[in-house]
Amino acid sequence: MSSVTANCAPPAMQESPGLWVLAWRRLRNDRVGMVSLAVVAAYLLMMIASYAGILAGDWNKEKGVSYANPSFLAGAENLEAKEVTQRDFAPKAKPVDLSDIDPLAPRYKEWEERAAKIAVTEVKRAESLPFGGDKWGRDVLAKAVKGSEVSIFVGLTAALFATLIGTILGAMAGYWGGKVNDFLEWFYNIFTSIPYILLILAFAAVFKRGLDTIIVILALTGWTGIYRLVRAEYIKHCGREYVKAAQAIGASHFSRMFVHILPNASHVILVQLSQHVVSFIKAEVILSFLGLGVPVDMVSWGTMLAEAQNELVIGKWWQLFAAGASMAILVTGFSMLTDSLRDALDPKLK
Amino acid sequence: MTAYVIRRLWQMIPTLAGVILLIFFLFNWVGGDPAQVLAGKISNPEQIANIRKQLGVDQPYWYQLWVFVQQVFTFDFGRSWATNEEVSRILLTRVGPTLTIMVPVLVLETLLAVVFAIMVAYVRGSLTDRTIMVICTTAMSISFLVYIIVGQWFFGFILGWFPVQGWSESTLRNVLNYAPLPIFLAILVGLAPQLRLYRSFFLEEINQDYVRTARAKGLPEKKVMLKHVLRNALIPILTNVGIHLPSVFVGSFLLEVFFSIPGLGREIVTAVNRSDFPVIKAVTVYLAMLTMFVNLLVDVLYKAVDPRVSFK
Repeated sequence: MSSVTANCAPPAMQESPGLWVLAWRRLRNDRVGMVSLAVVAAYLLMMIASYAGILAGDWNKEKGVSYANPSFLAGAENLEAKEVTQRDFAPKAKPVDLSDIDPLAPRYKEWEERAAKIAVTEVKRAESLPFGGDKWGRDVLAKAVKGSEVSIFVGLTAALFATLIGTILGAMAGYWGGKVNDFLEWFYNIFTSIPYILLILAFAAVFKRGLDTIIVILALTGWTGIYRLVRAEYIKHCGREYVKAAQAIGASHFSRMFVHILPNASHVILVQLSQHVVSFIKAEVILSFLGLGVPVDMVSWGTMLAEAQNELVIGKWWQLFAAGASMAILVTGFSMLTDSLRDALDPKLK
Repeated sequence: MTAYVIRRLWQMIPTLAGVILLIFFLFNWVGGDPAQVLAGKISNPEQIANIRKQLGVDQPYWYQLWVFVQQVFTFDFGRSWATNEEVSRILLTRVGPTLTIMVPVLVLETLLAVVFAIMVAYVRGSLTDRTIMVICTTAMSISFLVYIIVGQWFFGFILGWFPVQGWSESTLRNVLNYAPLPIFLAILVGLAPQLRLYRSFFLEEINQDYVRTARAKGLPEKKVMLKHVLRNALIPILTNVGIHLPSVFVGSFLLEVFFSIPGLGREIVTAVNRSDFPVIKAVTVYLAMLTMFVNLLVDVLYKAVDPRVSFK
């Protein structure tokens, strides 16, 4: 929220409000827009807090019993946990005395003494956790928070990179036209002639698994829509008087492209950015679910859903609910924010 | 018209060349040495050299590219690295199950979405309209995965109406027994976004001048909607169906993975997991070709729907 207000403060011109001030005013009057902005901001804060370790830093700790019940269902029977705790760990048959032939036998006593010196704190596993536990007794709520961090981080970063690629290529194609345009259009046609999901899978096949890889894959495959729109904006603006005026006072090509025209296309780019965050979060969840996304030592909504598939059959629904609901709220918030942004930035569209 | 089609076909050549280059770049250059993948943990250098020779990786890049181009046009991608099955056979046998699922999905989804959308557009602005739109927005925000997991659990496991997963040799049994649940879930997921989109297409047409004229000359609202608005809104709807048509062949790979349907989508996911490059290469090239033809077909179909369209 603060970044938006910072952008909106006009530096010198107080006489007439600029595009961003007007847009901000329109957004402020849009109740749905403000609520969704608050939701998105809350998720972003949660992501930062989780990244800094304030929230859910211990998501990997096995705090509860296996499939610990949620607190509000604390009394419910938990067969899975019982099975583990009731298992008799003492050997059934008396061990055969092999000390006469076992070469290590004389040292057993010494080792036992040394082992006894190491303090082992018996962890008391909780019977119930705030929103239940997973198979290893990890707190599902903490996992959902950590998973949000990973999923949102991937979505945001990939969308930023895709927007960057799309904007630069689109600006070049629209501004220069001619040969550059032909070449980039050819490039665009190649990427769009392969069905999107197949393109992602083909990229995933050749790259190694990892968080950075999935960002690269999503960015490299997802720039096409932004490119097309930015190109159209540049073609529209290129012939306008203000660009000609800029040329007349000796502004360089670079300056005309990115200092003069870009701010006028920025509303399109911002809406696209916001739209792509949502679709990339969805794509990340699916990729992670298939095991092509985040590495095994991390948690994302996708890996949570992958675990939840088997848990549902034995009646442990909370992980599915936690991952599904936290994702649904963010996606709804982000989509509605996108709609409000579009309305606020381009009132003619309504 | 003929001249237009020929020109469009002519324009496909550079794009196809680009697709071939992109895939070659990805799998032969970025993908690294496939012999390492294949040999797995075997570190015998002789064995690796042998595999490299078999695959032609020891040849210079231009020769490998030439081999790839030949493969594309002779439909012979050799054998799968993982199962040693012929790639062409894999593609042919996997297409059937995918189409069994996806053709009904596409047809039913489009029909239902158009019918519902025109009904919602008819009562635009009313409480029904707004309620349906809110339901659609909420439904769209839930992950496809959640729908499949819950649907499979509820209809297959709890109610037992359908088998939880599986596929058989007999087409009839597949259609009656195994296909309905995945088809139903796919429609459930796809309906909400399409309904919203098509409603906006109808609303756009309703605000046009010709609709006002039609009303002014005394046509009943039903006739205006079904004859004038529907026909004009079909153009953007056709575009949207055309965009989704090629992905019908990849199927909903998620559905195929969940329901163990031996279709193309599941084949691709397994191939990606096993680094089975020939299969992925073949599927990608042919689907890209198919997409180009479908795009052309859609553009030609415009003319049938809308006589105002002229081929330039």
